[in-house]
Amino acid sequence: MYKILAIARNTFRENVRDRILYNLVLFALVMILSAVALGQLALGQERKVIIDLGLSSISIFGVLIAVFIGISLVYKEIEKRTVYALLAKPIYRRDLILGKYLGLLFTLLVNVAVMTAGLMLTLVYFGETGAQAYLRLLPAVYLIFLSLMVTTGLALLFSTFSTPALSALFTLFLWVIGHFNGDLLGIGKLTESAPLKWLGGALYYLLPNFSNFETIGSRNIIQSVAYSKPIDPSAIGWITIYGLIYSSLLVALSAAIFSRRDFK
Amino acid sequence: MYVIETEDLTKDFPVGFWKKRPVRALDKLCLQVGRGEIFGFLGPNGAGKTTTLKLLMNLIRPTSGSARILGEPVSSVAMHSQIGYLPENPYFYDYLTPEELLTYVGSLFNQRGEALADRVSTLLDRVGLAEAGKLQLRKFSKGMIQRLGIAQAIINNPEVVFLDEPMSGLDPLGRREVREVILALKDKGVTVFFSSHILPDVEALCDRVAIINKGKLQEAGALKEILDVGAQGHEVILTGVKPEFADLLRNLCAEMRSMGERLHLRVSNTGQMQSLLSHVFENEIELISINPMRPSLEDRFLQEIRKQPAGEGMNR
Repeated sequence: MYKILAIARNTFRENVRDRILYNLVLFALVMILSAVALGQLALGQERKVIIDLGLSSISIFGVLIAVFIGISLVYKEIEKRTVYALLAKPIYRRDLILGKYLGLLFTLLVNVAVMTAGLMLTLVYFGETGAQAYLRLLPAVYLIFLSLMVTTGLALLFSTFSTPALSALFTLFLWVIGHFNGDLLGIGKLTESAPLKWLGGALYYLLPNFSNFETIGSRNIIQSVAYSKPIDPSAIGWITIYGLIYSSLLVALSAAIFSRRDFK
Repeated sequence: MYVIETEDLTKDFPVGFWKKRPVRALDKLCLQVGRGEIFGFLGPNGAGKTTTLKLLMNLIRPTSGSARILGEPVSSVAMHSQIGYLPENPYFYDYLTPEELLTYVGSLFNQRGEALADRVSTLLDRVGLAEAGKLQLRKFSKGMIQRLGIAQAIINNPEVVFLDEPMSGLDPLGRREVREVILALKDKGVTVFFSSHILPDVEALCDRVAIINKGKLQEAGALKEILDVGAQGHEVILTGVKPEFADLLRNLCAEMRSMGERLHLRVSNTGQMQSLLSHVFENEIELISINPMRPSLEDRFLQEIRKQPAGEGMNR
């Protein structure tokens, strides 16, 4: 475990010293602050607009960080040949994958925390008082982070065998599809064809379901937070289990592919 | 037990876009390296040296055959804690400083705390990078990276060290420092396996060498044995030879050349040597030196490389 943490620490350090990260975080904070201007237009609804835009910014920029850093996690090690000296050390290839994944997750955790702090400061500026109002943000931020765990897993998986450009394309493609996952099941119900039904069902269960992290029941989580509606804790528990299992499978698959690779 | 042992080690790489065909990069390599040896692995570009090292490091898997290091299969992760490896043209994380890199590498060997900090500082000093310890690697020259590469390869006090072209990119001073590091490792009983193009370094350092070309082992053995094949007798250098003895001496050797006051005689067999030396001592001729006339490693290397017809095997 010590070795995995050493790899994770080094990955975190690599990300922290990467300019792309700062650009994205800065841009996210600017987006959150721009919510202030938009809030002025929505008379009496400032707080809702700020929360809505702020959480959406955290989610979108989190995805961009997860994708653009995730896709080069393993590829860069191979392309720059740092992997040669690394794999000659007494580490399992799966440990390298897990360490890199955890390192990027920690980077995302810090970034999401910074962006959330930015959002909270904006709310302070608008005279939001009471810890309750801030605590209400946390379930939504937590679910955003869970969805980022899955997105990072996808980027990591593709980076073990593909180029960064293709990995970005595949990851973003699955991220978009993953938001309309429910429709796949819908297609299966509408069609008479048994193979199509089967295919729709198989894809529904196989592909990541990102809408799980955004809606509980029929209600959008960000909207619930913005309108101070209660969120069912048991639903969050189930989504947590789903996120952990799905991302664990992605990491395991990445490790299996990476373990079989030849480094020519 | 051999420290490094390969048995019919073979590697094919698939080439082609649609219809992939296997091309042989290494063909049934059989090598044995004993404990404490400095073993030189020679070959021209694309001979299969790096492929062999990558197979030994388990970075690529053999098509057939096997390799063992310290009696363990190369896939054994535990065995890797007892070896060190410097890749060819190494590249390390350029956002790190040498101290950070070595600390990171040390932690992969479960080293930590003050002991690791001490080890890092000792190694930086040993490879002449103590003053650059806090400089980011993106500012390093190729030679500095190479020296850092050697430091990371020996951070765990390995029993066996694999160095892929360790002298590449180094200036004469850097080469000398690396030679000293290698000799210091040998003094400690460490086995060193290194590939190189720089033949004088191999000749100066190695106990045994292997020559590989187009994926096939051409020759392996003690450096002396390899160089003795094709030995052309001895060269005797004399001075103070009176002119009346010169003709007599010419009859006692295979070839004689005059260089200023000195005579250089090539003696091709023991009988000639005995007669010549008795004549030299009887007539009080001054003997400067007797040296075996062996081909240089470079001569032997070129001889072996030219043996194989063009087109046989593959370049990689």
